[in-house]
Amino acid sequence: MQTHQAKRVEITIEAIMQSRLTEALMKAEVTGFTVLPVLGGSGRSGAWTRAGEIGRASGMVQVICIIRPEKLDKLLEAAFGVVERHIGVVTIVDCEVLRAERF
Amino acid sequence: MEQILSLAATNLLSPIILSFALGLAAALARSDLSVPEAAAKALSIYLLFAIGFKGGVSVSAHGIDAKLGLTLIAGVILSAVLPLIAFVLLKVMTRLSRLDAAAVAAHYGSISIVTFVAATSVLESSGITSEGYMVAVAAAMEAPAILSALWLISRGGDNGQRMDSTLWREILLNGSIVLLVGAFFIGWATGEEGLAEISSFIVAPFKGVLCLFLLDMGLVAGRGLRERSDVLRPGVLAFGLLMPVIGSLCGLGAGLLLGLSGGGVALMMVLSASASYIAVPAAMRVALPEANPSIYLTLSLGVTFPFNLTLGIPLYVAVATAMTGG
Repeated sequence: MQTHQAKRVEITIEAIMQSRLTEALMKAEVTGFTVLPVLGGSGRSGAWTRAGEIGRASGMVQVICIIRPEKLDKLLEAAFGVVERHIGVVTIVDCEVLRAERF
Repeated sequence: MEQILSLAATNLLSPIILSFALGLAAALARSDLSVPEAAAKALSIYLLFAIGFKGGVSVSAHGIDAKLGLTLIAGVILSAVLPLIAFVLLKVMTRLSRLDAAAVAAHYGSISIVTFVAATSVLESSGITSEGYMVAVAAAMEAPAILSALWLISRGGDNGQRMDSTLWREILLNGSIVLLVGAFFIGWATGEEGLAEISSFIVAPFKGVLCLFLLDMGLVAGRGLRERSDVLRPGVLAFGLLMPVIGSLCGLGAGLLLGLSGGGVALMMVLSASASYIAVPAAMRVALPEANPSIYLTLSLGVTFPFNLTLGIPLYVAVATAMTGG
């Protein structure tokens, strides 16, 4: 089956910054993304979990974008403007998609 | 003194405090006991709705007096001024950076709505009445402290853009405030008749739900202490225990000046003594991301909240009733 090259960008960021990030992505014309909850983890501030939490200050989410390679720089510029000062991780991996016209 | 000790003993052995202690102990002992995030949020929604609604009903029954506006103004002033006191104390007692001190100070100007809910429960159990509009005062005291903290930062030469319209909206329209104030107005509009219609839902189960919620708060506080206790240097720990007492004295002065009832003064003390761990941490993560969240979350939830819940509330209630004569 025919597949097409794409980039998968995973941005793990504080939950409180989610809407700011997704707005920045939309402005950069990255209109397709998926937001996943993060249950817990461990970082420089120690281990944490979302269990029992009622505030959004200590939670993280993961925003996943799959885009055409030529759109990557624009996406990263937009994302960096939001995540630069905040806790989080940005990773980029090569991937392949089946329907290129959707990305 | 005897009255304070008696009230403290009764409070310490109440199901509410024991539930919190259970959660705290379970987390410190590394038990796998946990309350799912969605369940914790549902419990908090219930408590905010119930406390807001009952406050509104109380106002509808007793009417509004001139003190309402003055008490709201006093609450806003306290919320704005307490961070300045906290900041000075932190600079004297600890080696925290200006940024961390300002972030911590913001928490101590704002309020803990769960501490407020627990205090109203203690007042009800003791048969002490309070002004229903204290719910609105609690809502008004959430945000000014954040502005004070940002002002403290700007005085240190930081002219960065810390606030934007989105953050303003998130602070002023955060879910807790909207629910609390909204339920207050529903209770005010529907009065005793409205309460009679839903009392089996928001009155009878209230304490049981509060027990479960405090069990969860104990778990969260215990986990925070277990994972991040290294930030609690002696000076920082001492601040977490001293600041609520100073805050409560400011609240006492304001309550007495306003001529509030014994219960009203006690609630003003509780609001001034408590530290936020929902609204302000979220605002600080956006406005002051460089500040260390471990410090302010551990202090607020791991030190000041348990102190207020176990010893603070009975102390404030006893002092308030003694000073107002009942």
